[in-house]
Amino acid sequence: MNAPVTGVARRRLIGTRLALLALAPAAAWAHEESGQAAGFLAGLSHPVSGLDHVLAMVAVGLWGAVLGPPAIWVLPVAFPLVMALGGLLGLLGIPVPGVEVGIAVSAIVLGVMVLAEARPPLRIAATIVAFFAIFHGHAHGRELPEGTSALLYSLGFVVATGLLHAVGILLGVAHRWSAGRQAVRIAGGGVACAGLFFLWRAIA
Amino acid sequence: MTPIARRGTIAALSALAASPVHAHLVETGFGAFYDGLAHVAVTPADLLVVVAIALFAGQCGRGAARLALFALPVAWLAGGLVGARWPEAAAWPLWTTLTFAVAGALVALNAKLRDAGVALLAVVAGLLHGLVNGATMAPGGATPLTLAGAITAIFCVTAILSAEVTALPAGWSRVVVRVAGSWIAAAGLLTLGWLLRPGG
Repeated sequence: MNAPVTGVARRRLIGTRLALLALAPAAAWAHEESGQAAGFLAGLSHPVSGLDHVLAMVAVGLWGAVLGPPAIWVLPVAFPLVMALGGLLGLLGIPVPGVEVGIAVSAIVLGVMVLAEARPPLRIAATIVAFFAIFHGHAHGRELPEGTSALLYSLGFVVATGLLHAVGILLGVAHRWSAGRQAVRIAGGGVACAGLFFLWRAIA
Repeated sequence: MTPIARRGTIAALSALAASPVHAHLVETGFGAFYDGLAHVAVTPADLLVVVAIALFAGQCGRGAARLALFALPVAWLAGGLVGARWPEAAAWPLWTTLTFAVAGALVALNAKLRDAGVALLAVVAGLLHGLVNGATMAPGGATPLTLAGAITAIFCVTAILSAEVTALPAGWSRVVVRVAGSWIAAAGLLTLGWLLRPGG
């Protein structure tokens, strides 16, 4: 269905096309800053490249939602900060023993906490989350692709981690309703089972 | 020409007019002032420190925000002028990373500093980043107008963000600010690791 194009509509169309065209040359003519976007995207995609990390980070959000305020935001703030500290240790060459086992155990513990609707004091919950964040940061902090910006890679990495927590929190909102509460607990159980598999794989 | 078509045409022409950038400067095609404005937007370390300090100043209240609003750009300008004069003195990525990591951590912790403390933080960050800015922009053909553009961008970002945060009600919106601070601090910590790593 080809409706007649008025003069005004045509001019709008031309303007829009020109605006879209305008986006192309800047990217093509970038200089040494060309690695920046790649660095951010690489960092953004890195945490989602391993299911063990994804499940643990979503579980942090789920547990935060189960615990409610203020844990709902304290845990997702603590995790990226301490994870970055773990990354710093890894980058400085300071070894952390049993990183893969620690990551697997993190999924088991966090999953069980969600499954059992455990409500320890906030300080204990934050300590548990922070402890496991060290392993996640240590494992993933060192993998900067060549030619990319370390800062933007780090920023992308942290943002992706935060967004995974946000996914967990959003899923955890279902905890308010009885059916949703069961679904959240089942999700926690699933994370714990997956953690057992990761543990078996890390030890075997 | 309709407003939409006019905007599209301006965007297209401005982008088509942009020439390849040299050294550390972005050439917008609008002149040195706008190159300076754009420089802040495309330099993550600069943008992060401005955002972090603006958020922190907003968290600390109106008095702190008002002080930071002028302390940060003025210190940045002073540092920029020194850096442009003695560019060899300004290769300090470690310190510039440390400033935004610390500022981000203060936002995440919702720390309460006196107004003078916030102003001091803004001055230190402004001097350091301005020094690096001046040193890196000068060889790229930057003029004082370029630095003025950068300072204007810093002033605007600081004004908008600190005013917004100052006016935020207690609750989720303030939590979001703290989360943003934690992300900035975490990115700073990881970047410090990259800078300090053996062979880095």
